Amino acid sequence: MPKLTSHPDEVKIISKRFGMGAANIDRYIELGGYEATRKCLAEGSEWIINEMKASGLRGRGGAGFPTGLKWSFVPKQSAKPKYVLVNGDESEPGTCKDHLIFLHDPHAIIEGTIIAGLAIGAKMGFIYLRGEYRYLIEIMEKAVADAYAKGFLGKNIFGTETEFQAVVQTGAGAYEVGEESALMESLEGKRGVPRIKPPFPAVVGLYGGPTVINNAETIASVPHIITMGGAAYAAVGSERNGGTRLFGISGHVERPGIYELPMGYNLKKMIYEVAGGVRGGRKLKAVVPGGSSTPVLLPEEIETLGMDFDQVGKAGSMLGSGGVVVIDDQTCIVEFALRTISFYQHESCGWCIPCREGTDWLKKSLTRFHAGFGTKKDIDNIQYLAENMMGRTFCPLGDAAAMPTLGFVKKFRKEFEDHLDGKPCPYAKHVEVALV
Amino acid sequence: MPDVTFTVDGKKLTAPAGTLLIEACRKAGIEIPAFCYYPGLSLQAACRMCVVRQEKVPKLQTACTTTVAEGQVFTTESPEITQARKATIELLLGNHPLDCPVCDAGGECELQDMTFRYGAGESLYTEAKNHREEQKWSPAVYFDRPRCILCYRCVRMCGEGMDVWALGIANRGSSAIIAPNGGDHLDCEQCGMCIDACPVGALTSDTYRYKTRPWEMNHVSTVCTHCGDGCKVTLGVRQVDDGAEIVRGDNRDKSGINGDFLCAKGRFGFDFVDSKDRLTKPLVRNAAGTLEPVTWEHAIRVVSNKLKEIRDSKTENGGGSSIGVIGSNTGTNEENYLLQKFARTVLGTNNIDHIRTTDYAAFVRAMAGHEHRAASLRDTETAKAILLIGGNPTEEHPLLAWNIRTNFRHNTARLYIATDSPIKLERQARQTLSLPVEGYESLTAFLSGDDSALGEIENAKTFREAVNAEESLLVIFGQEFRGAAIESLVKWGLAKENVKFAYLGDYANSRGAADMGLSPDLLPGYIPVTTPGAFAEEYPNLSTQPGMTAPEMLDAGCRGELAALYIVGSDPVTAYGTDPAALKRAFVVVQDIFLTGTAALADVVLPAASLYEKAGTVTNTFGDIQLVKKAADKAGVKPDFEILVRIAGGMGADVKKLVPFGRGSITVPAVTAPALSVDFVPTPRPIPSLRGIHGDLGQSRGAHSGEADRHAVWLAARGLELRLSPFDPLAALDEIERLVPSYKLDRLNLFAGNDVHSEPGFVPVASLTAPTAAELILPAHDGLFTSGVLGDHTKALVELNSYQESISQPVAEAAAD
Amino acid sequence: MSSAETMSIFSPALSARFDALVLKYPVKRSALIPMMLYAQDEVGYLSDAVIEEIAQRLDLTMLDVRNVASYYSMLRFKPVGKYNVQVCTNISCMLRGAYDIFEHLEEKLGIGHKGITADGVFSLEEVECIGVCCWAPAIQVNYDFHDDLTNDKVDEVIAAYRAKAGRADAKGESANA
Ligand SMILES: Cc1cc2nc3c(=O)[nH]c(=O)nc-3n(C[C@H](O)[C@H](O)[C@H](O)COP(=O)(O)O)c2cc1C
Ligand code: SF4
Ligand code: SF4
Ligand code: SF4
Ligand code: SF4
Ligand code: FES
Ligand code: FES
Repeated sequence: MPKLTSHPDEVKIISKRFGMGAANIDRYIELGGYEATRKCLAEGSEWIINEMKASGLRGRGGAGFPTGLKWSFVPKQSAKPKYVLVNGDESEPGTCKDHLIFLHDPHAIIEGTIIAGLAIGAKMGFIYLRGEYRYLIEIMEKAVADAYAKGFLGKNIFGTETEFQAVVQTGAGAYEVGEESALMESLEGKRGVPRIKPPFPAVVGLYGGPTVINNAETIASVPHIITMGGAAYAAVGSERNGGTRLFGISGHVERPGIYELPMGYNLKKMIYEVAGGVRGGRKLKAVVPGGSSTPVLLPEEIETLGMDFDQVGKAGSMLGSGGVVVIDDQTCIVEFALRTISFYQHESCGWCIPCREGTDWLKKSLTRFHAGFGTKKDIDNIQYLAENMMGRTFCPLGDAAAMPTLGFVKKFRKEFEDHLDGKPCPYAKHVEVALV
Repeated sequence: MPDVTFTVDGKKLTAPAGTLLIEACRKAGIEIPAFCYYPGLSLQAACRMCVVRQEKVPKLQTACTTTVAEGQVFTTESPEITQARKATIELLLGNHPLDCPVCDAGGECELQDMTFRYGAGESLYTEAKNHREEQKWSPAVYFDRPRCILCYRCVRMCGEGMDVWALGIANRGSSAIIAPNGGDHLDCEQCGMCIDACPVGALTSDTYRYKTRPWEMNHVSTVCTHCGDGCKVTLGVRQVDDGAEIVRGDNRDKSGINGDFLCAKGRFGFDFVDSKDRLTKPLVRNAAGTLEPVTWEHAIRVVSNKLKEIRDSKTENGGGSSIGVIGSNTGTNEENYLLQKFARTVLGTNNIDHIRTTDYAAFVRAMAGHEHRAASLRDTETAKAILLIGGNPTEEHPLLAWNIRTNFRHNTARLYIATDSPIKLERQARQTLSLPVEGYESLTAFLSGDDSALGEIENAKTFREAVNAEESLLVIFGQEFRGAAIESLVKWGLAKENVKFAYLGDYANSRGAADMGLSPDLLPGYIPVTTPGAFAEEYPNLSTQPGMTAPEMLDAGCRGELAALYIVGSDPVTAYGTDPAALKRAFVVVQDIFLTGTAALADVVLPAASLYEKAGTVTNTFGDIQLVKKAADKAGVKPDFEILVRIAGGMGADVKKLVPFGRGSITVPAVTAPALSVDFVPTPRPIPSLRGIHGDLGQSRGAHSGEADRHAVWLAARGLELRLSPFDPLAALDEIERLVPSYKLDRLNLFAGNDVHSEPGFVPVASLTAPTAAELILPAHDGLFTSGVLGDHTKALVELNSYQESISQPVAEAAAD
Repeated sequence: MSSAETMSIFSPALSARFDALVLKYPVKRSALIPMMLYAQDEVGYLSDAVIEEIAQRLDLTMLDVRNVASYYSMLRFKPVGKYNVQVCTNISCMLRGAYDIFEHLEEKLGIGHKGITADGVFSLEEVECIGVCCWAPAIQVNYDFHDDLTNDKVDEVIAAYRAKAGRADAKGESANA
């Protein structure tokens, strides 16, 4: 069972019921649960969307798209049924925040799903969890069954004329299925290959119907926003970045864990104060700020960096999934780059040439390189390859593989050069990655 | 969709809004490279080769998925775009085996072409390539994984195009691989469409693998010799010692009536040409009673003398009427025309027929006088609504089935099917009606409003309502219909507006055999022999007495009442189950490509050229006429056309009358309508000038030896036209056009390799004579891998047939999602 | 597919679960991935018989089922050990010693990546991030997480499973259930 951590700087909104037994529906109700849904049933769609817009909530799945705006894109009238889709595929290395929500506060997800449904006029929602989260799926399924039993889900929710059904779905091991259209394919029982866009999911999504897809944390934030009001929520965060988010700090820190901090919180402080600093008093070498796909930052780049979508973007990286991976000075960046690209090579769906072949060759080149058989030309080739993947692939996974690679090569070129000409890795000992 | 204007590479283009950029560009002559895009199949956006720059859009866009809208500005070639494409090719080549020198696709590989174009020749990567052995998936399909670039064309072709769904994608990432439905083998229709669609050499066919290189072949486009759909097929021909051998069949240029389609028979069914069973020497039965090889001269002499003797004999068992002639379902129109003319004017008999698999006479009779009511095969691809009654196109008319599926996919055509047992096309049907086996005739009555005609059948009324509510309808019906049943069905449809008809029959030129007058009672163009009109002048001594049907001839032969039987490309003894011994008394001549049951008992056997070894025209079951070109060459054989002319010559006939060849022999009629003494005058249509078509189709010379050219030089030097040979079928085509009302052909189109539709509406109403006896019709019902006698001698088809039988277990319904 | 119930290769409980599952979605094919995973949990892997029955239940071809199955890394076509030990070596775990854990397990179990112990009790697999990065290094044994590991803790975990396997053997019950 994952350990809960906390720090005084935390602002507990999403995590406020963590560790309080809220997976039990009665306990959840006791803690004020399902009031937000009742309120939304009374207020109606337009009001919900306005609150969401006012909250400044931006998608916690990675891209940071404003949630209220996304919901407003769904056409009012639709011949096909509309759907809400909760993305709990959480597979980006360095990311495990949704894990805690499913574990400690499953009903917040259900509430958020119902509210999203009310906002867009959907009668059905799917909550998709990665297959490895079997025990969380069981918790979610129990929560859904309890909500049905209480009449919070079903034909006439809360005794109204409104219908809302919810289904919990399991994945079966595929990072790419976290991509929204690939997720829809997977939910339709197919290979997780993304769809051509446009049309976008808001117009043609699951089963061809207009669909809103949101990250689990985004959805779990919804009832809190409704309860505290959009404006109040927005005030917690930084400019154009409303509220808090669950930052997951992992790697070489003293106190790794999930911390709920306001958007815009300084990264250096996050590492040194919230997470207790670099483990064993070592020196910080680099930070991956938002999951493995975000380009690495150097210590000097985080001094004043506020962790919100815009500021991290401006610093040349991305806030991504909020998974902060801290790397100390005794780590080999080439090995880190290799392990990162191995992941994308393993997870590429294979649909498009630049990503399928590009990740494969990057992995091969880096493997050889890290083993000490690289040449100077290889460094250029790795960069050339990554540059030629950027922006050319069918879905963002290609970018997700190329971006960090470019970051490593550009910012740590010397470290690559130190591996040249048969020299053993001067930094770490692991060479091969066996995964197939 | 309204037209929009947009800019590509500085040029202003116009196209309907929503057109794919790649298509709009192609039409404007701007080529955008593409691996995964395949016109007509679903979009993939997978290969990223078609990337272009769109103004104000941050990323490169794929032209294969971008739809055009007003005011857009695109760049399709720039250093940035070239670099993107080059990088993609470099990545592909990284894992590609680069075994181009031995690859079947070498020379016609899209990856090679692109590499050449974008100059990604040098390998950036030093890692070992992922190697895998080549796999045999079926006798037809081989897969060479390392060559596969995962464009998914094959998967879509098989699924969307063929509705077979036998190919899929297994694994993911760089392990992704095309997978066949049987795990390690294919259980499918073996059409080879996947092979054709493959842009590289990853899918190859057994018939062609490692045999030759594309540039060593001549590519001859002709017409498939198997079913009645008449696909255009491009035969790859290679020079060999005893002629020219066919090594490949495909339709890569997509130019014909069939677009990109070919079935297993058209694609793989050509090896009969080189079968060891081929007849290559004339045979004459010797005193000992065995067939003995002789020279052509000798054989022709024996036949001419004997036929002349019988014709001229005044005994009871002599004269022209004691000779019977049976023609072929796979010969050309010109040969069929010549055969009946030979019978009627040289032998002096109306005993002429062919094995009728379809009652075209009844169909055309019903259509006579009604123009624009006979559907072309092309209509099946565009008709908004189709009523299919009987037949099983998927098995028996693969191209028709393909067209209907395409029409359904692209235009959501509404298909109504009424059959006595389920057929695969029901997957595309809007409504189906299950008829009793004997219910076809009653269906017409039911459609016409007789509620009780069908008895109690589920959905019958809603089916009728839906069919009758259609504003236009294409009615396609099968061989279940004959004689009067056809007449009443056509009558029902003719009473409505916008109804067209098609009648499904077997074999490559069964329709042509009927059209060309291989009938005892009907002259070419279904003119009754009893009222021969213009033929009376054209055919000296033409008898107006109908002759015997084919079974009647055989019976008469067995009874000793027929002195001679002349059989061309047909095996009536086997078809009608005739006792070979009983035919002993008749002088039997057979022209064929194999020693058939009939040939085995013949007195003289003349080795004939197959359809792939000669020129002329054929007519498919829809009445679409197409040009047949000589592809292969077999030493020792002669086309039926030439054999007939030689025999006629041997009999002392005026060959120039039989075949009006040479300069000045054609009289272009002053009036456009044929001068027929009938009460129907066809719509006047200009007949294109018959002079000036200087086509030498390589009839009797090697098509690849350069000899044809030398011949032309020789002719030109003497101020002669090319068409000077009595063996030139085009000379007969001239006459056909002149005398057969329904064959008013647009020659330019025909010679350009296009299909030209005949018009049974031009057939004079006077030909409405008594219907043929229904029992004369013997449908062949050949399937995907059978094709009558030809099929039995085609190794590739025999093998596919037994392969599919050996693996066929009930396959779960495919998922058409 | 009513006949599937009577001829099912699955336990009555699973069969009943599948009957209900297909009704949950607007399109029954949506049940495919859960079905494959649950079937695998019961049978151990996706055998041809499993694939065939699932295909039948969902009106799919076996090709469809195989193609989808082979996309997902948790689905397999071969059996694994009773306890499938999955070691995350992805970045967060790697930084906190995942490769040491993996090597330790290799030595301890005497098998490598995708190996199965001779007694069939354990199999070992190096896997991608399993979503417990903040409690790294971590492994998953079948569906159970074990996080914040050291080699010593790994020994305890393995010992516990070995004991469980012994008990299950004695009782003849499936440890997977
Ligand atoms: C390769 C890839 C993997 C992704 N994985 C996830 C994921 O595991 N969870 C998630 O919420 N979003 C993931 N996303 C982002 C989703 O596509 C989508 O943007 C998100 O679910 C939208 O929700 P949000 O607006 O609430 O962030 C992924 C995107 C890509 C391209
Ligand atoms: S970039 Fe292409 S290959 Fe990579 S995951 Fe996306 S679609 Fe698949
Ligand atoms: S041969 Fe035809 S039916 Fe068979 S896999 Fe290829 S496309 Fe499909
Ligand atoms: S086999 Fe050919 S057609 Fe099929 S995916 Fe590979 S390259 Fe494309
Ligand atoms: S047999 Fe018929 S469908 Fe097949 S290729 Fe020949 S003409 Fe076309
Ligand atoms: S042709 Fe456009 S991506 Fe392949
Ligand atoms: S990196 Fe190991 S669980 Fe995420």
